[in-house]
Amino acid sequence: MTRVLGRAGLLLGLPVVLLVTWWFASAGSKSFYQPPLETIVKVFPDTWTGARFKSDVFPSLIRLFIGYGLAVALGIALGVLIGANRRLRALVEPLLEFLRAIPPPVLVPILILIAGIGNPTKVLVIVIGGIWPVLLNTVEGVRGVDEVLADTCRSYRIGGWLRLRTFILRAASPQIVVGARQALSISIIMMVIGELLGATNGLGYTVVEFQRGFQIPEMWSGVFVLGLLGVLLSLAFTLVERRVLSWYHGARAAERSGH
Amino acid sequence: MLEINALRKVYGGHGRQVEALGDITLTVEDGQFVCVVGPSGCGKTTLLRCLGGLLAPTSGEVKVAGQTVTGPPDGLAIVFQEYGRSLFPWLRVAENIELPLKSKGVGRAERRKLVSESLSAVGLGDAGKAYPWQLSGGMQQRVAIARAIAFQPKVMLMDEPFAAVDAQTRADLEDLVRTVWQRFGMTMLFVTHDIDEAVYLGERVVMLSSSPTHVLESLDIDLSAERDQLKTRSEARFVELRSHVYARIQEAKGAAAR
Repeated sequence: MTRVLGRAGLLLGLPVVLLVTWWFASAGSKSFYQPPLETIVKVFPDTWTGARFKSDVFPSLIRLFIGYGLAVALGIALGVLIGANRRLRALVEPLLEFLRAIPPPVLVPILILIAGIGNPTKVLVIVIGGIWPVLLNTVEGVRGVDEVLADTCRSYRIGGWLRLRTFILRAASPQIVVGARQALSISIIMMVIGELLGATNGLGYTVVEFQRGFQIPEMWSGVFVLGLLGVLLSLAFTLVERRVLSWYHGARAAERSGH
Repeated sequence: MLEINALRKVYGGHGRQVEALGDITLTVEDGQFVCVVGPSGCGKTTLLRCLGGLLAPTSGEVKVAGQTVTGPPDGLAIVFQEYGRSLFPWLRVAENIELPLKSKGVGRAERRKLVSESLSAVGLGDAGKAYPWQLSGGMQQRVAIARAIAFQPKVMLMDEPFAAVDAQTRADLEDLVRTVWQRFGMTMLFVTHDIDEAVYLGERVVMLSSSPTHVLESLDIDLSAERDQLKTRSEARFVELRSHVYARIQEAKGAAAR
């Protein structure tokens, strides 16, 4: 119990200190652009529950989940293909290095030109940003599978889908998870960027609209929503990771204790 | 059961050619237990990989049950030296044993039966739910042996399977392998660098030269079928056979050094 409390204290300690400091430092602030935290907190419920949740938060989340899901699925699929095939890897690796070096936000105007300003473009923006860490980490993971395990599969004639599912993907999963975690934060950023240009709804759009309409406390509250979203998704990710990689952490711990 | 004809393997690359296997000819009868010993670096593992269809020979051929080996043959199982790396760490012990059976197309009920039978055959009846990394090294190698048993192979290849376990565990595992062989009657090819182990386990010991490797001698081990760590190892005949094999291997090493 004390350990749980201690961990919660470590986790929440600094944010709480910062918020309290902000609360008192900004109390009575007359600056139009830096309203008191109290004001921001007061407008928060009215701004983000009810109609706006449905009209802006929900569409953003849907786009994020579809975009992130596609980025992960495509990244893994292409990564397995490239990682398992030495010739293909030699062929596409320079190209991948070039493509990943392009900052994805630069591609947003181009995508809008080609695909318009609808939902598909906004999802595509997320995919283009999020796919790289998944793809590159999957390639590395698949390339680094253990040779003795590969021989074991060969000699027991474990092939095809069974081999992919029970050997390749599982062996690469620690690295795939690293990529997927990076992709998650990038996807949130790309979601907002996609909504800054030529959008009519969404979290990013709403924050910019508030700023343009000089609704400064509401704008700040939007920034809070995005931060909270990031934290919640990261927590959810950690829960999934613990399940998927429990074997990995167990094996690592056994190795360290000199088993 | 296992025929090796003029097997040769040359590793090429970077302008340097290494002749690992020179010329190996060897026949193992159905159900025989043959141990292969040789000085270190004599290409024992290369030989085993060629037999298992994991490596293509440069020339010569390997036949398992009359069929020329071009890839991993039917009814052949390999137990690797690196037990820690040959079990899938994300699968539980029972799932590890079950996986090759799934791929073989064995039905669920039959799979379950084979898994529990093979686990109890290696003395790990209640370890099915554990993960491999929760077990000691010796127990992990038992799991690998159980997986090979459950596969019901006609030929079992073992690549220095006990090189990485401690002496106590090693003696237990040696007896286990004898018991398994007597009970299931598969053809057994056991590669080791340990002369005592080879003489203790085998019905026949095949001695290899240094590389480029060929067969130095094939020696029948005329000890009784019931072997015991203490009694057998102290028998005069055991000591005699052991000394003979030792002398031949030393000779081979000397020849390589000259």
